[in-house]
Amino acid sequence: MRVPREDLEIDLLLEAVYREYGFDFRQYARASIRRRLWKRVYAENIATISGLQELVLHDSSCMERLLLDLSINVTSMFRDPSFFASFRANVVPALRTYPFIRIWNAGCSTGEETFSLAILLSEVGLYERTRIYATDINESVLRQAASGLFPLAKMREYTENYLAAGGSRSFSEYYVSRYDGAQFDRSLTDNMVFAQHNLVSDRSFNEFHVIICRNVMIYFDKQLQERVYTLFSDSLAHLGVLALGRKESINYTAQSHRFEALDQQEKLYRKLR
Amino acid sequence: MTVELVVIGGSWGGFDALCALLSPLPAHSEVPFVVALHRSAKTQDGTLEHMLADCVGLEVVTVEDKTPLRPGCVHLAPADYHLLIEDGSLALSTDALVQYSRPSIDVLFDSAAEEYAAGVVGILLTGANSDGAAGISRIKLRGGLTMAQDPASATKSAMPQAAIDTGHVDWVGPVPMLARRLATLIGVEVTR
Repeated sequence: MRVPREDLEIDLLLEAVYREYGFDFRQYARASIRRRLWKRVYAENIATISGLQELVLHDSSCMERLLLDLSINVTSMFRDPSFFASFRANVVPALRTYPFIRIWNAGCSTGEETFSLAILLSEVGLYERTRIYATDINESVLRQAASGLFPLAKMREYTENYLAAGGSRSFSEYYVSRYDGAQFDRSLTDNMVFAQHNLVSDRSFNEFHVIICRNVMIYFDKQLQERVYTLFSDSLAHLGVLALGRKESINYTAQSHRFEALDQQEKLYRKLR
Repeated sequence: MTVELVVIGGSWGGFDALCALLSPLPAHSEVPFVVALHRSAKTQDGTLEHMLADCVGLEVVTVEDKTPLRPGCVHLAPADYHLLIEDGSLALSTDALVQYSRPSIDVLFDSAAEEYAAGVVGILLTGANSDGAAGISRIKLRGGLTMAQDPASATKSAMPQAAIDTGHVDWVGPVPMLARRLATLIGVEVTR
């Protein structure tokens, strides 16, 4: 019952973006991508999605703006504090047994989650032997993440989240206030590696003890989700942990038999086979 | 019209109004119900679902990403996520707030109109902002049927009033009347 012409316009635009620029959004969840495309149509002061296709094909700066619209996932530090509390209780003890810890933060966007993890791990004394591989499809958000600069206006909310997540210090110890934002401590970025990686098309690049990919796959259709779950299963060490967003679930996917729940509520799963 | 989907939005005072709207309906129905209620991002998972299940006969299901829509069940948008309809399933997003809200009623109503067109009934209840007005318009323009709680009977009148002001609301009335209209539309008898 969808508007068939609009559906066609979206198909054509996504095909054009893929063939001209190599970014593949064709298997992204339709309802959200439709909202984001219309947002860009209005911002460019044009009337139709077909009009956006013309603009994108002939003006690469428009493609850059569209790429930001399509690829940025809004996030915050210690989003869902109970998740981080559970991570501390249920995942950290196992991590202590490893001499060196590799974590993949897939779809890290502007880095809020990556920094939250680094803070948590440094407070339990594990960060020195950890490397966090933070990846995203979008290079400009990676640059932003690597800068360690976050909006000052968010610090109050993040402080509340941090405390609710069981943080044991004063959150303000981690950053200095500058005129253009809160600059987080350089020691936190020391063990982060930022790299462009596309979950739609790229392969695994290491074996990890933990993969964290929260609220990223909600933007994918079921078929693409299956691909990414397979990629994650294949990239985890035996007994490695997969962490998803609180409303995501590996149940009912083809990979579910390879995992057991560590904390069903907080969506922490352990790979068994 | 054949109703394929009922979407409901509410904000300040919306929970009580939602109970009053759904509790007269029998436990069985052929139509899925999807609800976006503004609530704090910090609401404990399941709290609202349990409270709702205690007051309505219909089954209340827990929504996760790609949960299929089930006839006769109430699907409640989780705290801090937008809820959208897609291919007969529910999709989530953490995109920026819309109308200062996540979940946003506009986002839900818009995607419902997109997917089910004339098969949608959209109902807007009490609330203190104007989320839902654009969504109501969208439902109406796609051929669906729209209702709003009578502002005089609402805990907060701003939200239903903003929808009524668009000129795209078919029926306005106190919640018990909306419940009877809804029952007739979806072909069930009210139980009380």
